[in-house]
Amino acid sequence: MAQATSTKERPAAQPVRKPLGRGVAWPVAFYRSAVGKKWVMAVTGLMLLGFVLVHMIGNLKLYLSRQDINLYGEALRDLGGHLVPHTSLLWLLRGGIVVALVLHLHSAVTLTRLNSRARPDKYQAPRDYIAANFASRTMRYSGVLIAFYLLFHLADLTWGNANPDFVRGDPYNNLVYSFQRVPVAILYAVANVALGVHLLHGVWSVFQSLGINNPRFNRARRLLAQGVVAVIVVGNVSFPIAVQAGIVDLECPHTDPVAPCEAAAASAR
Amino acid sequence: MSEKMHMELKVWRQAGPGQPGRFVTYDAPGVSPDMSFLEMLDLVNERLVEDGEEPFAFDHDCREGICGSCGLMINGQAHGPERATATCQLHMRKFSDGDQVTVEPWRAAAFPVIKDLAVDRSTLDRIVEAGGYITVATGSAPDANLIPIPKPVADASMDAAACIGCGACVAACPNGAAQLFTSAKLQHLNLLPQGQAERWDRTISMVEEMESFFGSCTNHGECEEACPKSISIDFIALLNRDYVRAQLKQRRLAGQSFP
Amino acid sequence: MTLDSRIPPGPIAEKWDSHRFSMKLVNPSNKRRFEIIIVGSGLAGASAAATLGELGYRVKVVTFHDSPRRAHSIAAQGGINAAKNYPNDGDSIHRLFYDTVKGGDYRSREANVHRLAQVSLNIIDQCVAQGVPFAREYGGLLDNRSFGGAQVSRTFYARGQTGQQLLLGAYQAMARQIALGNVELHNRTEMLELVVKDGRTAGIVCRDLITGEVFSLSAHAVVLATGGYGNVFYLSTNAKNSNVTSIWRAARQGAYFANPCYTQIHPTCIPASDDFQSKLTLMSESLRNDGRIWVPERGDDDRVAGQIPEGDRDYYLERRYPAFGNLVPRDVASRASKREVDAGRGVGPMKNGVYLDFADAISRLGAPVIEERYGNLFQMYERITGEDPYKTPMRIYPAVHYTMGGLWVDYNLMSNLPGLFVLGEANFSDHGANRLGASALMQGLADGYFVIPYTIGDYLAPLLGEKPVPSDDSAFAAAETSVHDRVSALLSTNGTKSVDHFHRALGKVLWDNCGMGRTEQSLDKALSEIPAIREEFHRDVRVLGDGESFNQSLEKAGRVADYLEFAELMCLDARHRKESCGGHFREEYQTEEGEALRDDENFAYVAAWEWLGVGREPTLHKESLEFESVQLATRSYK
Repeated sequence: MAQATSTKERPAAQPVRKPLGRGVAWPVAFYRSAVGKKWVMAVTGLMLLGFVLVHMIGNLKLYLSRQDINLYGEALRDLGGHLVPHTSLLWLLRGGIVVALVLHLHSAVTLTRLNSRARPDKYQAPRDYIAANFASRTMRYSGVLIAFYLLFHLADLTWGNANPDFVRGDPYNNLVYSFQRVPVAILYAVANVALGVHLLHGVWSVFQSLGINNPRFNRARRLLAQGVVAVIVVGNVSFPIAVQAGIVDLECPHTDPVAPCEAAAASAR
Repeated sequence: MSEKMHMELKVWRQAGPGQPGRFVTYDAPGVSPDMSFLEMLDLVNERLVEDGEEPFAFDHDCREGICGSCGLMINGQAHGPERATATCQLHMRKFSDGDQVTVEPWRAAAFPVIKDLAVDRSTLDRIVEAGGYITVATGSAPDANLIPIPKPVADASMDAAACIGCGACVAACPNGAAQLFTSAKLQHLNLLPQGQAERWDRTISMVEEMESFFGSCTNHGECEEACPKSISIDFIALLNRDYVRAQLKQRRLAGQSFP
Repeated sequence: MTLDSRIPPGPIAEKWDSHRFSMKLVNPSNKRRFEIIIVGSGLAGASAAATLGELGYRVKVVTFHDSPRRAHSIAAQGGINAAKNYPNDGDSIHRLFYDTVKGGDYRSREANVHRLAQVSLNIIDQCVAQGVPFAREYGGLLDNRSFGGAQVSRTFYARGQTGQQLLLGAYQAMARQIALGNVELHNRTEMLELVVKDGRTAGIVCRDLITGEVFSLSAHAVVLATGGYGNVFYLSTNAKNSNVTSIWRAARQGAYFANPCYTQIHPTCIPASDDFQSKLTLMSESLRNDGRIWVPERGDDDRVAGQIPEGDRDYYLERRYPAFGNLVPRDVASRASKREVDAGRGVGPMKNGVYLDFADAISRLGAPVIEERYGNLFQMYERITGEDPYKTPMRIYPAVHYTMGGLWVDYNLMSNLPGLFVLGEANFSDHGANRLGASALMQGLADGYFVIPYTIGDYLAPLLGEKPVPSDDSAFAAAETSVHDRVSALLSTNGTKSVDHFHRALGKVLWDNCGMGRTEQSLDKALSEIPAIREEFHRDVRVLGDGESFNQSLEKAGRVADYLEFAELMCLDARHRKESCGGHFREEYQTEEGEALRDDENFAYVAAWEWLGVGREPTLHKESLEFESVQLATRSYK
């Protein structure tokens, strides 16, 4: 009957993931860890944020004229001028964005799955959250919504599959055509609000994940997030509203996209 | 001094590890507002014994908010509604007569339920065993005043060291992450001059041990609100920064047996 | 059996050095052949485990906590003394030694106390190197404060959480040894029997608190570091699970229990608010620096504190001790409060406290100064009582806080049972009849870091080559059977009353009769009531659930059963000691001014009791105390 030690099983926590393993190349080891993934999410999130911000500012040219925004589009394709093949730098940028997006999504999905393994039995009574807000708790939903919206956005204004009146090289009119459809205008507005909600937590969170913090600036981080979100959401949502309100309207469609409208119309005649 | 209150208590009962559990409702009259929450549970348990029903299990010990034994999910909040207060220091005057109070154990894969409201938190000890110490053999220490430590550094280290290891941060975290605990244990030592020699190895070891059992931090900040010592999530940011730096150092020292 | 304290010869300051040289050593490569069991993971246990593991011994640590870091050392607030003399205010090893002997009312063993003062220096070095974030000056060097009426500043502290930080340091050092495999941790495991075979300590029998399994651990030596027995009073500042079981089980196997009547009462605790109060909370004594203690002149004064005019208040400490006033030592202040409450002048809903009033200090210094000094204490008070001490006076009352008595040990910290070592609050050795503030942490760490690592080798060295008694030996089997029998007896009694009912009844008898003031009559009364409670307990206790799983009522029942035996010994000791000293105040023996009256002629000895069985008179063994370096004198605080 005597035992040297206890033999009965005690409850023991099981690991929720495989060991990270030492000795592998450091970027791999780093990305395998959840802290590393959060760091990657923060960096890629910053890249995507940069893209969104530049994209929105560029689109403000909508309010100047058709020629301005179409020339802006052409300038993007012509980045690097004659030093590099046409559109090559743009493709490089696009490639970077795609890689960032893929990494952002991959880390999000793996971390979400890890987190659900970390609490297999949910609380049976309702939780009463104090700090966690709507934005932070809906990141995965706002993220998915934004991903689907992004696909539609590309099909609508880049590839043209979702836009019957699509004309390559004339983003101005493509956009106006698209936003004149009421459901599309609503979709754009809603998706951009979701983007705002996502960024509200995301921008604040970047500093935390990258470890760039100083208690003195913690309040400023919240304000910064709110400011960035306000700028992006107001800018982006203004486009469908402007089209619906008739402030922005079609300008000489089916003419040379980068010529001044009168001249283009004349030459078309 | 004050009127007795009549509470309704919904308590999670579970016979043992891995067994199904359920909420059982108990009527709790005659609760004094001056009682601590745990004394209220004692009262209900003592009546259960009188009625021949087995009392429910819950961990507790010092009852002055420092040992970290107690920890209950009360009405959906870790350690209940009062900020910066462990369950044992929560008093019934924070509730109103007639309230229904729901009590649940901490829930996380890393904290298996032992019985009723008691859970096993040994995984937190494992994180410390992985590297949460400064290697100094007894007797080998130099004079205590040999290394001056700037007061702000000592204070910041103490802020982190105040952690009582109750696990409320894990319980409160929507992801079941132990980042606040780990960062507090880590930064307590990483901030001090004495902790520098093992800083990078400690960081990697403790983070990896943590990640084997817990979820990831998504910066909700719920842990800081639940923490009975109000430990700041700024320490999590410091952990994140040290982890990246530790990985870079490891790269630089590749070829050496690090460190 | 005679008590050999094994105090080394020579001048007091050289005893420890010469003893270290004369002790036998275990060769480093032979250390791994020795197994040591440590029970308890507080300051003493954890520091011993870390150090012995580091040295290469194979160590097993047993704790009933879920994590070793939860041991009650963690709750110590004030600080830790060390004779570093950093403030250059005249401190020295000899002064710390002298203060401790005097503070202990000349009932401690000089040689042990001197060693304690010597190693106090190493403790601070060790803790700082481990990363304990002690408070610092702006220059980056360590800060000191004076504590408990000491005339020098020798107390190191980490905010109000010194015990926590020191314990974490020891726990982390032990965690390292656990990771290295030198220390094996048995958490949520309770020691329920000590096993002695052929005159040597062979091991312990434990119960796994989660699975209920009873099993044995054997070793070459057993170290008990399981703290004090203050919870015998039911209400104390100890943690709820603190208990006497492990040292009482050892006493039942023949270890002598020394000076059980020495209990320390702390004057500034928050009084109980109702009958369901489960424990008392201590507030730092520093409050008495600015607070004034008073009660209403008339016991039936129902006015709230603020409406009682000065003329109707009795500032009894200031009146009776004009020189020291509110700053008289712990025991004097405690007894004075008890006198007022017993006379019916207590305040609060249960008339069980006295006022500690800051109104004068606030009007003199302003609320911000008071907040800076005591903000966290005021907050704690408000959290617990719901009253704002800035507006209404605090209510305070003394509570049991520390027990100086414990198992008898020699200079090597070994009990009279060979191979059984006792550290920290669990032994009797260093504090005499009264412990000075900030000395408990010092003793726990001294024993664990700097004493046991040397002295245990002296015991083990001759045992080289001998295997520990196997854990399937008949001695272990018999002990396991006795544990099983006890567990099933408790579970099958199936009476009508809860365990707490009996614990509260015992606590009340002790507090009323063997508390702050004791008399021959009160102790006779207690000694006649305790066996009755014990008998009723074993007849009528109700412990539900089973022994095969986590069962907190069962754990508690076992501990209360042991208290019910131990309490009798405590009262016997108190009755036999016909003098007043330190924490032991016999009302028959006091000066005309109401101060403790020692009887050095007849009682300058350690009373070590040999337990012979329930209902049998224990045998008293005396170790007489020789004072070579310190002159015996009477304390006076007038």
